[in-house]
Amino acid sequence: MLLSEMRSERTENERDGMIEYKNITKRYGKNIGVEDVNIRIEDGEFIFLVGPSGSGKSTFVKLLLKLIDADKGGILYNGYDVTKLTPRKIPGHRRSMGIVFQDFSLLPKKTIYENVAFAMEIIQRPKRTIERQVPQVLELVGVADSARKYPHEISIGEQQRVAIARAIMNNPKVLIADEPTGNLDPETGWEIMRLLDQINRRGTTVLMVTHSREIVNAMSKRVVAIKDGRLVRDELGGFYHPEEDDEPAPSPEGALPL
Amino acid sequence: MTGFGVALKQAFSQINRNKMMTTASLFSITAILLVLGVFFLIVVNINNMAEGIKQDFDKIQVYLLDEVAPQQSEEMMAQIRGFSGVDTVSYLPREEALDQWKVKWGENADLLDRMPTNPLPNSIIIMVTNLDYANAIVEQVVPMEGIEQVNYSQDAVDKLLRITRIIQIVSLIIILALVAISILVVSNTIKLTVLAREREIVIMRYIGATNWFIRGPFLLEGIIIGAIAAVIGSVAVGAIYYYVVGHFGMDLALFLPNGFVPFDFMVANLLIIFLSLGICVGACGSIISMRRFLER
Ligand SMILES: Nc1ncnc2c1ncn2[C@@H]1O[C@H](COP(=O)(O)OP(=O)(O)OP(=O)(O)O)[C@@H](O)[C@H]1O
Ligand SMILES: [Mg+2]
Repeated sequence: MLLSEMRSERTENERDGMIEYKNITKRYGKNIGVEDVNIRIEDGEFIFLVGPSGSGKSTFVKLLLKLIDADKGGILYNGYDVTKLTPRKIPGHRRSMGIVFQDFSLLPKKTIYENVAFAMEIIQRPKRTIERQVPQVLELVGVADSARKYPHEISIGEQQRVAIARAIMNNPKVLIADEPTGNLDPETGWEIMRLLDQINRRGTTVLMVTHSREIVNAMSKRVVAIKDGRLVRDELGGFYHPEEDDEPAPSPEGALPL
Repeated sequence: MTGFGVALKQAFSQINRNKMMTTASLFSITAILLVLGVFFLIVVNINNMAEGIKQDFDKIQVYLLDEVAPQQSEEMMAQIRGFSGVDTVSYLPREEALDQWKVKWGENADLLDRMPTNPLPNSIIIMVTNLDYANAIVEQVVPMEGIEQVNYSQDAVDKLLRITRIIQIVSLIIILALVAISILVVSNTIKLTVLAREREIVIMRYIGATNWFIRGPFLLEGIIIGAIAAVIGSVAVGAIYYYVVGHFGMDLALFLPNGFVPFDFMVANLLIIFLSLGICVGACGSIISMRRFLER
């Protein structure tokens, strides 16, 4: 009885995919990226990261992927400190995460199928596994019909779905999406949002950077707001606050579209 | 192994897609290898000549006065054998010395026959194990009794040693400079393919490809360029050498003791050196050009 309690307590603290930022600071010369950030993200959570342009949202997620190095602090994940990873361990770390970034687009000279298969080839998965799984994932994100097409032959919304397919291809514990609905019309943005929610329901932790007031307000998830590199708000079932956007505050009707 | 196959395929398609630049850098490296090769030919032959000339100098000839009796010369030889650096000591009677001259003079030997008496003295021939000992041996021999003259040109040997050393140092500097230039040329070519594939590389990094996986095709591209340049360079330098040896080999053999270094030996070594050099240059060039795109 006692033993099982202890065991459950330990797994509570060291669960796979749990992320904890501890006093993380990152500056670019004089520019502040993020400043003294502390946050804990539980396994399987869905988090919106919001804030004005230049507030440090991309910096926040890039630190987690070790695409950039922190100046101070640590990021605990999977039982190790991400900031202390040696170059040899970085690839393995990134393989446990899926990424949907704007500067991480599809390859124009590869078909949809090849773009997704590429993600598995890179980490040297067997050919047979690739052939079995790519159609399944394309089916899951709803672009199976376009498998043979090239990125320019499909809509931007579909391209984003393919990017998501590529990101979840290797069964990541965490999915990081930096403005995945950024240049989409609201309708398509919502489709992408639903897809990410669906992936989260399957157990994947999702960290989504967004400027979309409508989506944040409607989803009622954990909202983390960042301003000038500092976390200024962290609440469950949170809303999008007008002062956290760079655009002028909208009319009351506009704030509640649903 | 399949990973290697994929990288190899990728490397060839990169070369194919970037034909212009690959050809340009292939030419530059081949040109550099050509200069390097011609230089190599000259240096190896000069070294070879120097070795040949040195061989003439590891001999010290001690002319004896006519009144030295055979008994006394035996004692002198025994004493000389005790000096360090002495390989062999032998006695050359004046008649034999004259015969050697006659052989050397060839058709003009009858001039020697017309002489009333043999002008040459008896001598002791000292072979030294190493040129460095020669001076010390000469210094010990000169004060001995019954010696007319010690024949050994120290100046010439010193000069020769100095010249060969200078040639070796200069050649090393030039070779290093040329190697550095060719690494630069390769790295610039590969930087272009890297830039053309930058998006792919970013994706690979983000998804978690290892540095060696990303580097593989570029490394092979560099190695292939280097190896092809090495083969072309060897053939070209070989052709030049073949021509030179064919046209001037006979003339040179007359007044140089060793003549040219044999063609086969030279070309085989050249190919090995060029291949290892080309592969190293290609690999270094590609690793340098990729540095900023990879995990540090
Ligand atoms: N590579 C860099 N070099 C210098 N400064 C940088 C660099 N990347 C980001 N910054 C600066 O750091 C700050 C935070 O940038 P970051 O990209 O994290 O903001 P963001 O919240 O993602 O903005 P956006 O909403 O526009 O994407 C900004 O002031 C930005 O100018
Ligand atoms: Mg950003």
